[in-house]
Amino acid sequence: MSMKIEYHEYDVLVVGAGGAGLNAAQVASQYVKTAVISEVYPTRSHTISAQGGISASLGNLEPDNWHWHMFDTVKGSDYLCDQDAAEFLCRKAPEMIIELEHIGLPFNRTPEGKIAQRPFGGHTAEYGKRPVKRACYVADRTGHAMLQTLFEKAVAQGTQFYSEFYALELIRNDNRVCGVLCMNIQDGTLHLFHAKAIIFATGGNCRIYETNSNAHINTGDGLALALRAGFSWADPEFFQFHPTGIYGHGNLITEGVRGEGGILLNGKGERFMERYAPTIKDLAPRDIISRAMVKEVLAGNGVGPDKDHVLLKIDHIGKEAIMEKLPGIHELALVFAGVDCTREPIPVMPTAHYQNGGIPTNYLAEVIKGYGEDGEEVYPGFYAAGECAANSVHGANRLGTNSLLDLVVFGRTAGERAAKFAKENEIADLPENAGEKGVKILEKFANSNGKYTFGPLYKELTTLMQNKAGVFRTEELMTEAVKELDDIEDKLSDFKVVDKSTVYNLDLIEALELNNMVTVSKVAAKAALLRKESRGGHSREDYPERDDVNYLKHTNAVLSGDGKSIEITYRPVRLKPLTVETFPPKPRVY
Amino acid sequence: MSKFVTIEILRYDPDKDKEAYYQSYKVEIRRPGMLMLAALNQIKWEQDPTLSFRRSCREGVCGSDGMNINGVNMLACMTKVEDLGTDHIVIQPLPGMPVMRDLVVDITDFINKFITVKPYIIRHSPMPDKELYQSPEDRKLLDGLYECILCGCCSSSCPSYWYDKEYLGPNAFLRAWRYLIDSRDEGADERLPILNDKHGVWRCHTIYNCVEACPKELNPTKAIVGIRKMLMDRKF
Repeated sequence: MSMKIEYHEYDVLVVGAGGAGLNAAQVASQYVKTAVISEVYPTRSHTISAQGGISASLGNLEPDNWHWHMFDTVKGSDYLCDQDAAEFLCRKAPEMIIELEHIGLPFNRTPEGKIAQRPFGGHTAEYGKRPVKRACYVADRTGHAMLQTLFEKAVAQGTQFYSEFYALELIRNDNRVCGVLCMNIQDGTLHLFHAKAIIFATGGNCRIYETNSNAHINTGDGLALALRAGFSWADPEFFQFHPTGIYGHGNLITEGVRGEGGILLNGKGERFMERYAPTIKDLAPRDIISRAMVKEVLAGNGVGPDKDHVLLKIDHIGKEAIMEKLPGIHELALVFAGVDCTREPIPVMPTAHYQNGGIPTNYLAEVIKGYGEDGEEVYPGFYAAGECAANSVHGANRLGTNSLLDLVVFGRTAGERAAKFAKENEIADLPENAGEKGVKILEKFANSNGKYTFGPLYKELTTLMQNKAGVFRTEELMTEAVKELDDIEDKLSDFKVVDKSTVYNLDLIEALELNNMVTVSKVAAKAALLRKESRGGHSREDYPERDDVNYLKHTNAVLSGDGKSIEITYRPVRLKPLTVETFPPKPRVY
Repeated sequence: MSKFVTIEILRYDPDKDKEAYYQSYKVEIRRPGMLMLAALNQIKWEQDPTLSFRRSCREGVCGSDGMNINGVNMLACMTKVEDLGTDHIVIQPLPGMPVMRDLVVDITDFINKFITVKPYIIRHSPMPDKELYQSPEDRKLLDGLYECILCGCCSSSCPSYWYDKEYLGPNAFLRAWRYLIDSRDEGADERLPILNDKHGVWRCHTIYNCVEACPKELNPTKAIVGIRKMLMDRKF
């Protein structure tokens, strides 16, 4: 492997080309020289898979306002979200939707030509009284249309793209980030991007679970790189298990199905959500529905020979409505479940879908320290947005449609702030040893010739996370998980990358991804073990209640020592919004 | 009893191979409706880690795993092995694009052609504070166009695209038409001359391979006809 490193210099460097990265890039490109590096071609980022919609209180079909949206976001988060960020998100939402529409997003329309809206889980009118039509949508391909539109906008703005570049190291000089070392997957060459400001928009990590809705690329690379560079990961124990993953596959069936009138049925044919959420039923937030489904199955009310799943019924809204508003779902159900959903229900079970935590930031997408007395202190020139960030608008559980909104609102904010920073500041010098750590990890795996290969070890990791740190969490299981993850980490020292080619070496990329997934899994499992309560997506059998006295606080994880030890501390939730009154924690009844 | 199929894959690694060759694998069908992507992952994770191919979303929307399976371009993640109706399967990279490695082709030219047709809203009139209104009928015109996933199955199945290296290809035309007929767009004057070029829409010989190949069942040929009609209408 050639160790010659090509040098590139930019004002703003964006890592990741999903919705957040592309919106940040198209905005920053309007002011300064901006580049995007991405493991895949931008239009192949995972935002492409987002289906149901993007929320904003436009009120196009019935009265709505941003404060109701903010209430829903805070309550949906099980009160762990930062309320300044939640206010920022919900107030910005309408103008962001208009901006997306103006740059070409082909939203579905109302008869008079306005943007159409539909109900979604946890979104209500008048502070929880009834479901509200707040989700703007493009059939069930909202993320697909959004990602392509943002890519096209970034192209029009002259953003420079480096596609199929895999990041190896985030380089910092004291408190300034100054660059990223990458490998060009297509030819194995190394590249060092030196920049005044860096935006991380590296997405999620749910590939660590056996059953997940995520793309192959969602391996937590950005988080692992940030952790190794000494930055924090906030709320690592909070994952979202989306209720309607296709049984046996995990691929997602959008909540928009229930927004359009779909209902969940157990093995007795009962609409069981009426018992768990009497007011909004099948439109309760995802954590509540997933937990209800698991309870039904454990109570013997499941469907199928093993009574191990439930059914999602949508045929009653009619074939025409399904084909107009949910055509992608029809195709997915047919291919993955062998079911024609215009006639039969779809077999579903919860699937790991989203990480609610991430690199901690303030409401302006500026990365903060996260620990100690000065935990809210900002790292100048470093921004994070999208699933890899915790600003935190999602807290312990994200509401459906708030992720696409998060991407555009905080992607834009990060792009604006980074461009401003780049105009006002000099580039930070690269340290002497810039890139050394990344080259070392690359060489370790590229030259590895040990016992374990990717396939079996990846399976071992995902099975472990699924069974011992997934939906069903106990002290005993998670203690085992923490120990067994150390064993898996040890096996990485006896690893073998079989492929030695410099050209499109997927075996090597998967090894590097596995290395990152192990780091991410270790942190998530340890944080989950230490949070002795149930809140949002973190549901413990041994501590079934939320505990606001001891745990109304963000977890903060950093790596220490040799990078293998994890230090967990806690940081207060920012309960004070920007201008309005705090929504105080209350029992979550729907 | 378990069932096996034989999958022959065209292999090529420029680091060590003078020319491409076929390598044969036995793959176990582990569930009814097993998808071709699962078969490829089985090979990669259990038999031969050196096999290289692209994939990401695994559900037919990111467009990464377009490949030529038994002579037809399709997405591995949406193709059931059993539906091929044979236990002998041959997989090649998408034709007409330079092969980088195994099933990975160089799509730089394909993406550049997509960008050439200015695939974004061009508008000279002022924008309102609110959304631009668009009737459901006008919005419906975009159905069958915006769903493109940029997998390249269409252009790489097109003989005109293989022959004429400058030819923009069905994918670029589909996207151009998506913007040309968007009621919010005012970019026809800038876009049409690009499409009217000798490497533009007139080079299409209505072979319909693109329509056959599209895994999303879109119709680039219809878009090409629409663009031709728009060009003619403007001339006369």
